[in-house]
Amino acid sequence: MSVLKVEDLSASYRKNKVLSDVNFNVKPGSLTGIIGPNGAGKSTLLKVMLELHPSLSGKVSFFDSTLAKTKRRVGYVPQRGSVDWDFPTNALDVVLMGLYGKIGWFKWPSKQDKELALEALAQMGMADYADRQISQLSGGQQQRVFLARALVQDADLYFMDEPLVGVDAATETAIMTTLKRLKSAGKTVMVVHHDLLTVEDYFDHVMLLNRTIVEYGKTDEVFTKDNVQKTYGGSLRWMKEA
Amino acid sequence: MLDIFLSPNAQWVLFSTLILGTAAGMVGCLSYWKRQSLMSDALSHAALPGVVIAFSILGYKNLPFMIFGAAVSAFIGAWLIQLIRSSSRVKEDAAMGLILSVFFGLGIMLLTVVSRKGGGNQAGLDSFIFGQAASMVRTDVYTMMAVAIVIIAVVIIGFKEWKLFLFDPDFAKGLGLSSRLMDGLYLAMLVLVIVIGIQAVGVILMAALLIIPPVSAHYWTMSFKRMLVLSAIFGGGSGLLGTLISTMGKGWPTGPFIVIASASIFLVSVLAGTQRGLLVRALQLQLQRKQHRLESRPIPRQPVKEGK
Repeated sequence: MSVLKVEDLSASYRKNKVLSDVNFNVKPGSLTGIIGPNGAGKSTLLKVMLELHPSLSGKVSFFDSTLAKTKRRVGYVPQRGSVDWDFPTNALDVVLMGLYGKIGWFKWPSKQDKELALEALAQMGMADYADRQISQLSGGQQQRVFLARALVQDADLYFMDEPLVGVDAATETAIMTTLKRLKSAGKTVMVVHHDLLTVEDYFDHVMLLNRTIVEYGKTDEVFTKDNVQKTYGGSLRWMKEA
Repeated sequence: MLDIFLSPNAQWVLFSTLILGTAAGMVGCLSYWKRQSLMSDALSHAALPGVVIAFSILGYKNLPFMIFGAAVSAFIGAWLIQLIRSSSRVKEDAAMGLILSVFFGLGIMLLTVVSRKGGGNQAGLDSFIFGQAASMVRTDVYTMMAVAIVIIAVVIIGFKEWKLFLFDPDFAKGLGLSSRLMDGLYLAMLVLVIVIGIQAVGVILMAALLIIPPVSAHYWTMSFKRMLVLSAIFGGGSGLLGTLISTMGKGWPTGPFIVIASASIFLVSVLAGTQRGLLVRALQLQLQRKQHRLESRPIPRQPVKEGK
């Protein structure tokens, strides 16, 4: 069974074509880091796959089916900056949103749902902040709330858009522990990532992306100097030499 | 004076502006968090040409038909705003300002033409600019209340969905909540509340009933639910109060009084609001200072050590 299969995917952003001929098949239970320079189309790739951004061509199948039929099995953690953190609500409420699909439309969350949400917050080390206004959380705490919201969804495939950008060290550790736990529970996780130095520690698979896939495979096989330079262009100094 | 309030017709009018204000306060709260407060202003101005055209087609005042005209014209305005924004480099606020003034200018122009050639019947048309709740007849009141109640129900039933849609539309879409549906529903409610409000409040000032209540409510609470409730109460309250005052004089327009009532609530909220009010903030600072003084024990001051 395939978890996620992408064929001949192309997409444009405003006037520019940012993705062309993207083809890949994701191994179930893998933890993939998607890396590439700015403007390589990393976020766009996630959005196009999730049908949040239109594609020009191509086919994306989830669990050998369509996204519409498998929505409940797919979780998405958008970039932290994509929402308005001044919105008047608390951390628990945001986590509860992850359960809305399960609760059903136009129904109110039950006590059990609230307990599930609290548990997810606790897993992210945020139990004490359940009633805190989201506007009063630090960037790292906001990111952990987002992760907790994804956890309660109990999906089988997760997409995360730069969850480690601008967070403190404690949050980074908490998030990576969670991702590894998801992986050992058999979930498939794809993470847009920026920091080349941590790729080998964090991900067992890596996708090198620059408008199309340069390489995709096991980290120890494809995360090489040549491939990274091919992705980023010649300007990048290979950190192992530094 | 009191006999005005006792007449059943006046009571109905009062009740209808109360419901209208409540619905406007709720829809305004959605607009506020969609960061589209100005949109309501643009759309209410954009409704005027439709009202006038509907009137000149029939030749007499017929509320349902004029509401229809207003809705068509407001939707065209909304569509043009989207079109300008997506097909040119013009930003949304500029697009709204453009549509607002062009449609209002067009409306006034048509109004002048219609009143030049028409008979005495069009006198009531002026009330669509500043609002004249007293000129409403029983069927107008029924139409208004029915639409307002539907809007209130849609906001309450979909409360959880509205919250998700306003906070994180992409995530909502991921869960299967169509943002096209929610956007369409929101726009429909906005246009409907505007068109049922223009006879009572007028096209120029309708925005006040949509913008001021949520802004005032935000001074009192940090919860979306309570903000929605407060915004509804403030909107309903200003509708009621403004109409009440305007019925005291003969031919007084309703809109301006509703705006003043709404603005008074805003003023009180800015000063005394429990979350962001100026007085509360000053008081908190005083208390903290006092506590700080009490907590820091008077210890003999050490001489400042100079680094060498």
